[in-house]
Amino acid sequence: MTNWIEIGALDDIPRLGSRVVRTPGGNIAVFRTESDEVFALDDRCPHKGGPLSQGIVHNKRVTCPLHNFVIELASGQAVAPDEGCTHTHPAKVENGIVWLSVRQAAAVS
Amino acid sequence: MLDKVTKRKLVVIGNGMAGIRTVEALLERAPDLYDITVFGSEPYGNYNRILLSPVLAGEKTVDDIMLNTVDWYEDNNITLRKGETISMIDRRTCEVVTDAGDRVPYDRLLIATGSNPIMLPLPGKELPGVIGFRDIYDVDRMIKASTDYRNAVVIGGGLLGLEAANGLMKRGMNVTVVHLLDTLMERQLDPVAGGLLRKSLEERGMVFKMPAQTQAILGEDRVTGVRFGDGTELPADLVVMAVGIRPNFELAKKAGLYCERGIVVSDTMQTYDGRIYAVGECVQHRRQTYGLVAPLFDQAKVCANHLAMKGFATYDGSVTSTKLKVTGIDLFSAGDFAPGPDKEEIVLQDANRGVYKRIILKDKKIVGAVLYGDTIDGPWYFQHLRDGTDVSHMRERLVFGAANLGDGGVSGQNSVAAMSDETEICGCNGVCKGAIVKAISDKKLFTLDDVRAHTKASSSCGSCTGLVEQVLAFTLGGDYSAAPKVKPLCKCTDHSHDDVRRVIVEQQLKTIPAVMRFMEWKTLNGCHSCRPALNYYLLATWPGEYRDDQQSRFINERVHANIQKDGTYSVVPRMWGGVTTPSELRAIADVAEKFNIPTVKVTGGQRIDLLGVKKEDLPAVWADLNDAGMVSGHAYAKGLRTVKTCVGSEWCRFGTQDSTGLGVKLEKFMWGSWTPAKVKLGVSGCPRNCAEATCKDVGVVCVDSGYEIHFAGAAGLHIKGTEFLTKVETEDETLEVIVALTQLYREEGWYLERMYKWCDRVGLEQIRKRVVDDVANRKALFARFAHSQQFAQTDPWAERASRGVDRNEFAPLAELELA
Ligand SMILES: Cc1cc2nc3c(=O)[nH]c(=O)nc-3n(C[C@H](O)[C@H](O)[C@H](O)COP(=O)(O)OP(=O)(O)OC[C@H]3O[C@@H](n4cnc5c(N)ncnc54)[C@H](O)[C@@H]3O)c2cc1C
Ligand code: SF4
Ligand code: SF4
Ligand code: FES
Repeated sequence: MTNWIEIGALDDIPRLGSRVVRTPGGNIAVFRTESDEVFALDDRCPHKGGPLSQGIVHNKRVTCPLHNFVIELASGQAVAPDEGCTHTHPAKVENGIVWLSVRQAAAVS
Repeated sequence: MLDKVTKRKLVVIGNGMAGIRTVEALLERAPDLYDITVFGSEPYGNYNRILLSPVLAGEKTVDDIMLNTVDWYEDNNITLRKGETISMIDRRTCEVVTDAGDRVPYDRLLIATGSNPIMLPLPGKELPGVIGFRDIYDVDRMIKASTDYRNAVVIGGGLLGLEAANGLMKRGMNVTVVHLLDTLMERQLDPVAGGLLRKSLEERGMVFKMPAQTQAILGEDRVTGVRFGDGTELPADLVVMAVGIRPNFELAKKAGLYCERGIVVSDTMQTYDGRIYAVGECVQHRRQTYGLVAPLFDQAKVCANHLAMKGFATYDGSVTSTKLKVTGIDLFSAGDFAPGPDKEEIVLQDANRGVYKRIILKDKKIVGAVLYGDTIDGPWYFQHLRDGTDVSHMRERLVFGAANLGDGGVSGQNSVAAMSDETEICGCNGVCKGAIVKAISDKKLFTLDDVRAHTKASSSCGSCTGLVEQVLAFTLGGDYSAAPKVKPLCKCTDHSHDDVRRVIVEQQLKTIPAVMRFMEWKTLNGCHSCRPALNYYLLATWPGEYRDDQQSRFINERVHANIQKDGTYSVVPRMWGGVTTPSELRAIADVAEKFNIPTVKVTGGQRIDLLGVKKEDLPAVWADLNDAGMVSGHAYAKGLRTVKTCVGSEWCRFGTQDSTGLGVKLEKFMWGSWTPAKVKLGVSGCPRNCAEATCKDVGVVCVDSGYEIHFAGAAGLHIKGTEFLTKVETEDETLEVIVALTQLYREEGWYLERMYKWCDRVGLEQIRKRVVDDVANRKALFARFAHSQQFAQTDPWAERASRGVDRNEFAPLAELELA
C-alpha cells in the first residue's frame, strides 16, 4: 500500500530543523527532532499558510514563523488553544536514509 | 505504592493556601521524591480563603471556592488527614503528634499553620455570638446569625472588618463598624481615601462608630450588646472581631524553634532546624510577616524548590498591593505611602467623579500608590513600583495613568471599562476588547499568559500588555492577581531573564542544553521564545567561544533576510550612513531585473529594499550584490540596523559637523553586532535634526561646540523622544560613549527589550553613571564591544553566497515528480 520514496540522507536535515521536498502538489516539510525522528507535513500552516519548514522546532513541535501557531509534528494538529490541522505524510529513517510516502489527497488539497 | 517505605517522608502541618501551594509546586518539580502527609484542622480540602468574603456576601458558594478537592489529594498519592490537629512536634525523634496522640514520623516537616484572628481580651469575649473571621466555620456561623438575628457589630475597620460588615449587610443585618482610629483601613489608605471610602459605605447603609474603643461585650448566655470607653452602648446579637491576625506559631515555639513575631525563617524558608521548613502567614522573614497571598505564593515556590533539592532560588521579600473586595467600590493600595521628608507626592482629586489618586515618589521611583474610585491603573503603577522604574520622564502625566502616557500602546483611551467591545486592544494581532472579555469569561482565564494563549492579544510586541491586564482586572474584579513579581523568561522556566543571564556567567554555561539542564528547564528543547533568547545571551556573554545555534534563530536571522507573508523574502543591502553610489544602484537594478524581483522600495532607514525574493534565489542575489561591494544590511536582525544621517557640514548651509561622516564611522564600527532587540541610530548635523535623531535608539545632534548624545527613543508602536545622555567634544568620544552604551545594553537588556524599555527599567541615572561618569568603566565596556566585533563582522551573505555556509538551508532536500 504505502509507497515509500527515498528523499535523502538524514544528515542533510539539521537536528531540530527541517528541509523542504518539492512536489507538484506543493512543498512538504520534513522535520528532524533532537532524537533523530523524522516527520513530514505539508509546508502550510493551518492559520494563514505560513511555511512551517521555516519555523523553530522544539521537542516534537514546530512554531510557525508568521504568527507563532505551534503545530504537533506527529499529528499536524495545532496545539490548543489554537485550532487547525496540517496534513501529515508518513516518513521514516532507515540506515541514515529518509523515506517519505506522499499521501496524494493531502498534498493536492 | 511499593516504594513508600524507601521514599522520604514529608509531613505538612496546615492544609491551607501556602502549604498546599508549596506541595503543588513540589509535585511539579519532583513528583516522586516524597511520600506526603498533610494534616489540617479544618474538615475540608484546600479552599481559597480570600473568597470567604464573597461567600459571606452571597456572591459565591463554598463549592465555588474549593481549590483542591479531596480527590486531588488521592490522585496525587497524598495522605490527607483532615480534621486532625497536630499538638506537638517532637524534634528529637522527628515525629509529629496529633491531638489524638497518634505519632507520625517525618524526614522533612513543613509548618504552614497560618494565623489566628486576634480576639481582644475584653470581658465577655467568650460569649456565644462573638466570633472571628477566618474560616468556613466562621462564615457558616455568621450566615446562620444573619437569619436569626438583626444587629451586628464589627470591631475593626480594616480590610477584613469591612468585608465582613459588607457581607453581613448584604445578608440583611444592621451593621455598625467600630474602629479605634478615625481613618478606615489606615494601613492601606491615607485619610482622604479613607474618608471617601467611609462616605460611600455610609451611602450603602453601613454605620460607623469611630474613633471608639470597645470596653466590654455584654450579655448572659449570648451576646446582647457592646459597651464603649465613653460609656455608650450598642445592641448586638453578633460581634465579629476583625482587629488583626496573629501568626500561629505556638506549636513551633513549643518545639524550641526560634520565633519572634512569627516563625523565623531563612531565605530558603528553613527554620533554625534545617529539616523543618515554614511558609505562609505563620512565618517571619527578614523581620516581615505577611497577611496576603501573593507573597506567600512566592515563598511557596522557593520552599518547594529547596525541598525538591534543586536549589538556588531564594526568597528576598515581597511588596504587596491590596484591593478591597466589596462589589462596586474601587480601591487600590500598594507600597509605602506614609509621608516623609525624602518623598514627593502627586495627588489628583476629583470630588465630582469621586476619584482620588495619590502617587508617592522617592528617588524618582514610585514607592506607594493609593487609588480610589478609578483603580484601572493600579496594576500598572504596581508594576512600576515592583520594577523600580525611573519615572521622572513621565512625572507630569503619571497621575493620569498608563493610557495617557501612551504606555498602554493605544493612545487616547483612558479607561478600558469605558471602551466599546469593538475597540482594538492588540494592534499586532487585531484583537478587540470584546473578544478578550469573551475569552476570559467563557474559558475561565485568570492570567495574562492564558489570555495570550487563547486570543493572541499581547503575544507579539507586548505593548498592549498593560491594557490586556486592565481588561483582565476589570473582567475578573477581585479574582485577578497581578503577574508574579519576577516574570519568568517564558513558560518553559520559572527563572527570569536576569536570573538566566546571571547564572550563565556564574556557572560558565556555554551551550543552550547546558543552561536548560542547569536551570531545570521544564521542556525538552525549550520553545520559540526561550531558545532565541538563550542563543543571544550566550552569544553576547561568550563572544568567540559560543557557536551560534542556527536552529535557535528566528527564520529571518537564520537566512539573513526578512520573511514576508507569502513565504518569500526581502533583501536590504547596507548603505553606510545612507550614502550610495551610481555603481551600487546599477548593481541593485541589475539584480532586481535578473531575478524578477517584483518590488523595489526605499525604506525609512535610507536604504533600498528588494521584496519578493524566492528563498532559493537568495544566495545568488547576495553573490551579485557582494560583487558590487555590498554587504548585508541586517534589516532582519536584533542587532545594529541603520544609521540615518543628514548631509551635515559637507553640503548643508546650517551644518555644524560632518554628520554623514560620523554616521558612516559609527556604522562601520558597529555593524554586525547582535543586541537584545534592534538598534537604530541617527546623526543630525544641527539641531534642525533632519535625520530625526531624537526618536532613535541612539541619536547624535551635532552643535557648534561638539556632539549631543541622546538615546532611548522610539518611533514604532510607541512614540517616545530620546533622553539626553551627555555632550562631548570630539567624534572619537562620541563613538566611545555610544559603543559603551550599546555594550551595556547588550550585557543587561532582556531579549526583545528595546533600548528605551531597558532604560525605563534600569533608570537613566544608573546608565549615565556607568557610561558617562565612570570613565574607566566606559573604556572597559568599549573594549568588550570591540573584542566581540572581531567575531561578528563577517558578512553573513558572503559566507552563504560563496563560502557554502548553510548550503542545505537554501536548497530543497528533494524534488518529486509524482505520477
Ligand atoms: C476573609 C478573608 C479575606 C481575605 N482577603 C484577602 C485578599 O483579598 N487578598 C489576599 O491576598 N489575602 C486575603 N486574605 C488573607 C489570605 O487568605 C491569607 O493570607 C492566606 O490564606 C494565608 O495562608 P496560610 O497558608 O498561611 O494560612 P491558612 O490559609 O490560614 O492555612 C492554615 C491552615 O492550617 C491549619 N492549622 C493551623 N494549625 C494547625 C495544626 N496545629 N494542625 C493542623 N492544622 C492546623 C488551619 O486550620 C488552616 O486551615 C484574606 C483572609 C480572610 C480570612
Ligand atoms: S511593514 Fe511594519 S508597519 Fe507595515 S504592515 Fe508590516 S509591521 Fe506593520
Ligand atoms: S540637520 Fe541641520 S545640518 Fe543636517 S540637513 Fe538638517 S539643517 Fe542641515
Ligand atoms: S500562518 Fe502560521 S501562524 Fe499565521
